Amino acid sequence: MSKQIAVKVDDLTVAYNYKPVLWDIDLEIPEGVLMAIVGPNGAGKSTLIKSILGILKPIAGSVTIYGKPYQKQRQLVAYVPQKGSVDWDFPTTALDVVMMGTYGSLGWIKRPRQKEKKAALEALEKVGMLAFKNRQINQLSGGQQQRIFLARALVQNASIYFMDEPFQGVDATTEIAIINILKELRKAGKTVIVVHHDLQTVPEYFDWVTFLNVKKIATGPVKDIFNDDNLTKTYGINFKVSVQE
Amino acid sequence: MDIQEYFSLVFSDYTLRTITLGTAILGAVTGMLGSFAVLRKQSLLGDAISHAALPGIAIAFLITGAKDSNTLLLGALVSGLVGTFWIRSIVKKTHLKSDTALGLILSLFFGFGMLLLTFIQKQPNANQAGLDKYLFGQAATLVESDVWLMAIVTGLCLFVLLLFWKEFKLLLFDADYTKTLGFNTKFIDILITSFIVLAIVLGLQTVGVVLMSAMLLAPAAAARQWTNSLATMVFLAAIFGAFSGVFGTAISASQTNLSTGPVIVLVASVFVLFSFVFSPSRGLLFKQIRFIKNRRDLELHKTLAFMHHIAETHENVSHPHAIKLLNSFQGYTRKTLQKLVEMDYVELEGNMWSLTKVGFETAENLYTKQSTEDE
Repeated sequence: MSKQIAVKVDDLTVAYNYKPVLWDIDLEIPEGVLMAIVGPNGAGKSTLIKSILGILKPIAGSVTIYGKPYQKQRQLVAYVPQKGSVDWDFPTTALDVVMMGTYGSLGWIKRPRQKEKKAALEALEKVGMLAFKNRQINQLSGGQQQRIFLARALVQNASIYFMDEPFQGVDATTEIAIINILKELRKAGKTVIVVHHDLQTVPEYFDWVTFLNVKKIATGPVKDIFNDDNLTKTYGINFKVSVQE
Repeated sequence: MDIQEYFSLVFSDYTLRTITLGTAILGAVTGMLGSFAVLRKQSLLGDAISHAALPGIAIAFLITGAKDSNTLLLGALVSGLVGTFWIRSIVKKTHLKSDTALGLILSLFFGFGMLLLTFIQKQPNANQAGLDKYLFGQAATLVESDVWLMAIVTGLCLFVLLLFWKEFKLLLFDADYTKTLGFNTKFIDILITSFIVLAIVLGLQTVGVVLMSAMLLAPAAAARQWTNSLATMVFLAAIFGAFSGVFGTAISASQTNLSTGPVIVLVASVFVLFSFVFSPSRGLLFKQIRFIKNRRDLELHKTLAFMHHIAETHENVSHPHAIKLLNSFQGYTRKTLQKLVEMDYVELEGNMWSLTKVGFETAENLYTKQSTEDE
């Protein structure tokens, strides 16, 4: 397998206070995978994503995107934060939020125009939310809000997508809709990295997985490493998830 | 002077015109910036800033010995900025939450300011009197140059707001995401905060340290009730703020012994109260009305559905049944029955009721109708 490495993390260590949240993480994510990051609460899953994206400053270590630092490659990367990280009572519409995805390529001061609006509408259509474009965001259901966040990332037209628990608190219909979009992204050669909680669905949804609990436990293809051994090492209790070999 | 006299004098009388213009401009700029503070959940920031400005006023006086308002406000600006950035670094570097940091800085600076004020008052200097006007504000001391300064700052603020509108909005909604898009969030944040400090300091002379934060919050809180668009909210907040300034000045000028600052704040509060109650989408009144109406409709529909359930058992859907049968049904009252009759869904005869054809069909489609209306 001589695939290009999309994201490379070296010796990454992050601490909030005294206790390290991430310890000496080395990680290589090949291009074109649909990868789950799994681990218990407090394992540093969101922290890992945020450190890669430069939202958090690591104590040590480096991150490269296609061989260059994030600051130089930011146009290649899109981010879907946790739904709960923003105030949905903010006075704005669904379309407006999705338009925000175009702000990065616009840069300072320049206003979005017809072209950006068209891209936002297309993204809304992709996530099945076109009918809600003028809806006030506080009048959307949790699943719909998640789709809006996904659409905002899609507008960025990136190569690598980072998503922080996109399935949290959404109903089955939305979950299926989202996973279908993620699989489509992979088919288009994009790399998708997802913080994920539901271990049962890992083999079905993802082809790559990283086990994380402050340290990296294992990373690789789901079919090779998603087993009771790694789950036990990560979660610390004896695990029996029946995985089809 | 009554209100009518005020409005006839406002264009000709120099003092009245100056004060009215000043309070209007002040209300507009604080309302505008207040929208940002409210949406960032930094409502108390204004309070901390205005209190933090007090020692700056005292120190500026101690150094220059002059009561020139521009010098004093410069002192206020410096200490307001120092206080604000202390709050930021406390939040960043310690585990304290921002409300604790705000409270700490507010009381620390205000306490220090009061200490200096009492010290100044004990000085054998004829010039000392009048510094305490910055505590509660004194609009009457506004002169034309003050208004010009306010106008210039407001113009500048408007220009920056329009220029960085997209960035401000993005930061307000989702700061982390803003960072990943490559914007310097620290720069945007400092820009917004500096303007908030500037606006507050400008208002100290008119409204005073103690009440200044209301100028920031009240128009914004009122505006939020009327709209779901950020641009409209900022615009409305500016309008509400400006009108609070004008009405407040008018009321206080038409009575003797009514201090302008507090009256302006009270007028702004009336805007808030009115908006909380009467806003069509978010107001308490219409919410309650919608709630009651919705409940009543549901009661009516459920009763009809219950009757439909009984009527179904008969071949003839309009077969009469005893009213008694309905007594055990929760939500049924004589009134609902009357209403159903008015709607031609039900016919009454003595102690018996029967469903009409229309009533039966409506009942049959109730649930599907309800769910399509929801869409």
